Amino acid sequence: MLPAVGAAPATAAAPPDAEGHGAARPGAREARPYMNPYLAGVGIGLVLLAAFVIMGRGLGASGAFSSAVAAGVSSIAPERARTLEPYAAYMGDERRGPLADWLVFEIVGVTIGGALSAWLAGRMRRGIDKGPRVSNGGRLAYAFGGGTIMGIGAKLARGCTSGQALTGGALLSVGSWLFILAAFAAAYAASPLFRKEWT
Amino acid sequence: MNAPLYEIGAFGDTGALLFALGLGLVFGWFLERGGLGNATKLAGQFYLTDLTVFKVMFSAIVTTLLGVYWLSKLGWLELPLVFLPPTYVLPQLLGGAVFGLGFVMGGLCPGTSCVAASTGKTDGLMVVAGMLFGVFAFNEAFPLLEGVYRATPMGSVTIPGVLGVPFGVVVFAVVAIALGAFRAAGWLEARA
Repeated sequence: MLPAVGAAPATAAAPPDAEGHGAARPGAREARPYMNPYLAGVGIGLVLLAAFVIMGRGLGASGAFSSAVAAGVSSIAPERARTLEPYAAYMGDERRGPLADWLVFEIVGVTIGGALSAWLAGRMRRGIDKGPRVSNGGRLAYAFGGGTIMGIGAKLARGCTSGQALTGGALLSVGSWLFILAAFAAAYAASPLFRKEWT
Repeated sequence: MNAPLYEIGAFGDTGALLFALGLGLVFGWFLERGGLGNATKLAGQFYLTDLTVFKVMFSAIVTTLLGVYWLSKLGWLELPLVFLPPTYVLPQLLGGAVFGLGFVMGGLCPGTSCVAASTGKTDGLMVVAGMLFGVFAFNEAFPLLEGVYRATPMGSVTIPGVLGVPFGVVVFAVVAIALGAFRAAGWLEARA
């Protein structure tokens, strides 16, 4: 019943909703279909396993945001960054600064790896991913609001889908599995509110 | 062989950052390849039209779990040296629920928002901006939230530890549940 499921949104038939213009831009390279999700999952699992073996710690994402915010605040209000705990905890080594951090470098790697993959698959293009019933501005407002709420939730839970769900989940951490259950339960419970944004 | 290599002093802090960059690169590669740089695809998880998020996440967890189990059983990986995130029941339930609300609203999680942003998606960039603002807001409100943040600490505990059953039994159960759920996912998608 829904035209935009499965492979549709980002494959050859360019999404008609991306920035309002879609189909058949002449000369645009054809985007290749996505990888089998189970294979992609096994790949990510092996990366995580390698992180455990090499470093004795896993992957993460929200921690890198914490470091970036700590770096920003410390450049404007160094005293506050030194004294308020959630900044101070991410100030890192005195000499090397907050950005010489495992998760910051890992996330820089994520952005490069993602871009490289998209570029080689012909998927690198400007656009906005959304359902057909919401305006570009509306979708961007939801994106900012969703990001803000996730930032607060990830801080409270001490991690996000990478640091808690993947890393802690694979180590069978109790708190990580509580996080997974709560996150998915809340997302399903709230999904009717955002149906217009996506379908 | 003995691991974790960093913990036994095989290389220093600069080496660690280079490994972080390299591992992140492969992580980002597989996220994008799997379609997780695409918010519409991620959101499909919550309308049961596209279960890619579930498939990628749980096949990753199962892969790592089996790897961790066998490497430590063979004595190649010292599991006690691997950092286990500490459990705080209340903040992790509450934070998880808040996170889930933001997830379905934003359509991307923190890691995948970086992939979406770096592959040209403006919505990905806005989720990144929102994350930075949310972290800032939490930090500024920390004196108010500190009580909840520190509530119900349990230390670094695992499911087999709390249940008092062997690690291998829980690994087997998780793998069995995952395989069943993968079948169910295929069935749900066929119906959608």
